[in-house]
Amino acid sequence: MADVERCVLVVLEDRKLLEKIKELSGIDLSVCMQCGICSGSCPAVDQMDITPRMMVRLIQLGREKEVLDSKAMWICLSCFTCYARCPREIDFAKLGEALRQVRLRKGLDYIRISEIPEEEFKKLPQIALVSCFRKFTS
Amino acid sequence: MEKTLEEKTSERFLDIMERIKESNKSVTTGIDEKEIKHWVTIYIMGKAYKVPADLTLMQAMEFAGYRFIRGAGCRAGFCGACATIYRKKGEYKLRTALACQTRVEDGMYLVQIPFAPAEKPVYNLDKEGGGLDVVFKHFPEVARCVSCNTCTKACPQTLEVMDCIQAILRGDFKFAAENSFDCIQCGLCSIRCPAEIIHYHLFQMVRRIHGKFGVPPEPNLEKRIKEIEEGKFNEEFEKLLKLSPEELKEIYRKREIKLD
Amino acid sequence: MKIPYYPGCTLKTSAKNLEVSALESAKVLGVELVELPRWNCCGAVFSMATDDLIHQLAPIRNLIRVQEMNEKGIVENENRVVVLCSMCFNTLKRSNMFVKEDKERLEKINNFLSDTEEPYQGNIEVIHFLELLKNDIGFDRVAEKVKKPLKNLKIAPYYGCLLLRPEEIAIDNPQSPKVLENLLEALGATVVDTQFKTRCCGSYQTVNRKELVAELAYDILNQVKISGADCVVTSCPLCMFNLDTRQEEVKKAHPEFKTIPVFYFTQLMALAFDLGESFYRFDLNYVNPKPLLSEKIF
Repeated sequence: MADVERCVLVVLEDRKLLEKIKELSGIDLSVCMQCGICSGSCPAVDQMDITPRMMVRLIQLGREKEVLDSKAMWICLSCFTCYARCPREIDFAKLGEALRQVRLRKGLDYIRISEIPEEEFKKLPQIALVSCFRKFTS
Repeated sequence: MEKTLEEKTSERFLDIMERIKESNKSVTTGIDEKEIKHWVTIYIMGKAYKVPADLTLMQAMEFAGYRFIRGAGCRAGFCGACATIYRKKGEYKLRTALACQTRVEDGMYLVQIPFAPAEKPVYNLDKEGGGLDVVFKHFPEVARCVSCNTCTKACPQTLEVMDCIQAILRGDFKFAAENSFDCIQCGLCSIRCPAEIIHYHLFQMVRRIHGKFGVPPEPNLEKRIKEIEEGKFNEEFEKLLKLSPEELKEIYRKREIKLD
Repeated sequence: MKIPYYPGCTLKTSAKNLEVSALESAKVLGVELVELPRWNCCGAVFSMATDDLIHQLAPIRNLIRVQEMNEKGIVENENRVVVLCSMCFNTLKRSNMFVKEDKERLEKINNFLSDTEEPYQGNIEVIHFLELLKNDIGFDRVAEKVKKPLKNLKIAPYYGCLLLRPEEIAIDNPQSPKVLENLLEALGATVVDTQFKTRCCGSYQTVNRKELVAELAYDILNQVKISGADCVVTSCPLCMFNLDTRQEEVKKAHPEFKTIPVFYFTQLMALAFDLGESFYRFDLNYVNPKPLLSEKIF
């Protein structure tokens, strides 16, 4: 296969991914003006490899794969602070959920339940386990 | 003269055996196919077979030439070994059944599930205690239940499986123990569960926990254990152990059953 | 007044202190919270993917239970369900909105459930206990029932995320909520405003990134201390766990850190109503609040 053809295929593959993310999240990322309030509001941003603002920019540029391979969406706390403050009312939490779903629906779990240290079960309440498993396992 | 208990029992036993023999005639004897009036077509693992209409799924499979070396046990609906999944003609529903307890229907597509693969954790309740944390330690996936109720619909014992799982999730072991008591561990719930919960092992653990920590000790049982430990029955045990099988059978037949 | 009540799993175990204090305090205020029969875990987090219906089954099933309570006459014409846990509240309320705003979704879910359930009509309203206190009972009424005002106690209300965000489900102004403040004032306490009262505690990351949660808790609790409060008040069992129980991890990362008690708002209500130890269940709080209370109140 010629390089050009391969490039076209990659681009097409990426477009499909973009459509999928749009469909799952129901949000339009094209309105983002890159002000960065989201990143500034995020209580966990210092743990992320790419910030929420960068996430949107990369997706706008058709580089969703980089976003999908990042760990940012797994650090997201679903606290909705970015959404509450976004001047363009982009629901980032839904974006995060869509990105996680793309992975989880392929059976790619983010955590392995069997690796949770035994002694943690003595403390962790049901609410923590249920919510964590819903976010991180398929 | 009135019949003895022994006579009554053996008569009843012969009667039951006669009925089983009769109903299994087409399977157990050489079959005179001309005698069979009603036939149905079923599909076993994709292949069509014409079988007598009065057979159970298990008998039908044997009639079709399958020989069970796994997936068959008591043939009476108690052991849970013959879990089967099937679809009926013209229906989208994936149904579940025990092969020994379900009659064939025309157009049935079926496959036997030798067993739901499952991790069976080893635990020691004496050391670990009987809290919800211990349940989570060994069965953390119970927190993944989405309340879809597929387990309940799959249960051939018609247990309220989802309710039991939900009760466990909120620490109500009494409900789960009492309501899962008739579980025969066939594994059909687990094979259908989208959260990949191992219901039957979990229920057994919870029943053990409830039995150990949830109900008061039974004084008669404690008394009997003490008697055994103190050697009250040693002499009799020794006597029995020396007997031949024939002598044992004789004693068994002549035993007295006292009902209060 | 009888009103359906959804507890949630954790309120039956480690957050029993939230439940017993709330139920008894409600009784004092003339409200009977009637537990839903056969309720199930709501799933703790609302599933946000537009096409994900299977994770809506659990919350919708619970709303069907509320419907049934009305049909069976367990409650009379009460289409509301009261929730105590912030996460359950958020999940149930958002799921309810999710199916109400799109009839097709509701129909699909009803179809799936039709083997065992009556269809959900979409008429149930999910409210938080704080809303009931504010709108139905009134804080004046609460103040009337106070026997032991919490007057020397300086309390920092902590809302966390799920009572206020996203805005469409908020029980109060998401930027500057006042409901906890008003309640605590009615109980006679001194309310201390803190910078991080609506900041996230780390939520479900407590399972696989407890160090991150410990840092977030450290920041929040430090702000509480800087503002001069003696203790924190919350309504969420997961916030409680992250701010209270995880102080153990906070201390590991910051040895100079001094622990600070965290309460459920209902525990303080029960305390101000003087209902007795069995309705406070301080034994379930990780940081023992008794030294603080004996210094300030008793």
